[in-house]
Amino acid sequence: MADFSTWLAMGGYAAFVWPSYAITAALLIGLLVVSLWNLRRGEAELARNDRVARAGAPARRDRKGPRP
Amino acid sequence: MHRFANPARFQRLAGAILPWSAGLTALLSIVGLWFALVASPPDYQQSETVRIMYVHVPAAWMALFVYANLAIASAIGLVWKHPLADLAAKAMAPIGATFTGVCLITGSLWGQPMWGTWWVWDARLTSVLILFFFYVGHIALTNAFDDPTRGTRAAAVLALVGAVNLPIVKFSVDWWNTLHQPASITRLDAPAIHPSMLTPLLLMALAFLGYYVTVLILRLRHEIVSRKLRALRLTQGMGAPAIVEQEGT
Repeated sequence: MADFSTWLAMGGYAAFVWPSYAITAALLIGLLVVSLWNLRRGEAELARNDRVARAGAPARRDRKGPRP
Repeated sequence: MHRFANPARFQRLAGAILPWSAGLTALLSIVGLWFALVASPPDYQQSETVRIMYVHVPAAWMALFVYANLAIASAIGLVWKHPLADLAAKAMAPIGATFTGVCLITGSLWGQPMWGTWWVWDARLTSVLILFFFYVGHIALTNAFDDPTRGTRAAAVLALVGAVNLPIVKFSVDWWNTLHQPASITRLDAPAIHPSMLTPLLLMALAFLGYYVTVLILRLRHEIVSRKLRALRLTQGMGAPAIVEQEGT
């Protein structure tokens, strides 16, 4: 346990080492999540459009769209 | 080169690469972090703060590498008007901006304990800040026009102008010998760094490279999907029964 707290203390530089890693992880994971989320949303919209087009394109759609 | 520039062919190639790049990124990150935070020694001068190097330096390398990619994609987009190159440039800029941001923030967190200052207008620091502004400007210009081709064109010109900054960033530490230290790895002779510290550095650099490939594929796919949706909306807008998405998803 003493070893672990020594490691966490980072020779007295914990306040600089850990935020460096935390901010790096937060920014990189954040960008990954946003990119994935955008892609899923776009693909879902494209799939909805395809389904509607195949179903014979009703003149007006309700907000929910047809269920598959 | 044009064989890979076809969107359908790109999707197949990207689909083959994606599981590998994602898996390798996860693996390299875990092993790299183990070496960076646990299995490497503290520096005899810098103590434990040397561990900041293992995220700071790979982020700086990627900031430059992604910008070089951005400039090449922009040139191809401008000269050959290739749509995939334009979409690639648009997909790259936020990734490069993120790496540059990581580089600046971690550099600041390293500068405070070692130099005694969060920021100084040193040539290296200033040129990297300018690099960050070029990325941000590229993102802003791309989205500044209603007509996406005009935004892409303007942003591509900006990307090429900004490429002048790349050698300035790289050689700033040699031209103006102020505060930031010169290169330790890319020297003509052997790297001036012990293998116990070179290992985590290279592992983290490879992890960042894998991350870049993975996120670039995801973002480029999103750009291709968005372009299809835009084209659909245009054709549907021209007389066909309205099946345009109502909700502003």
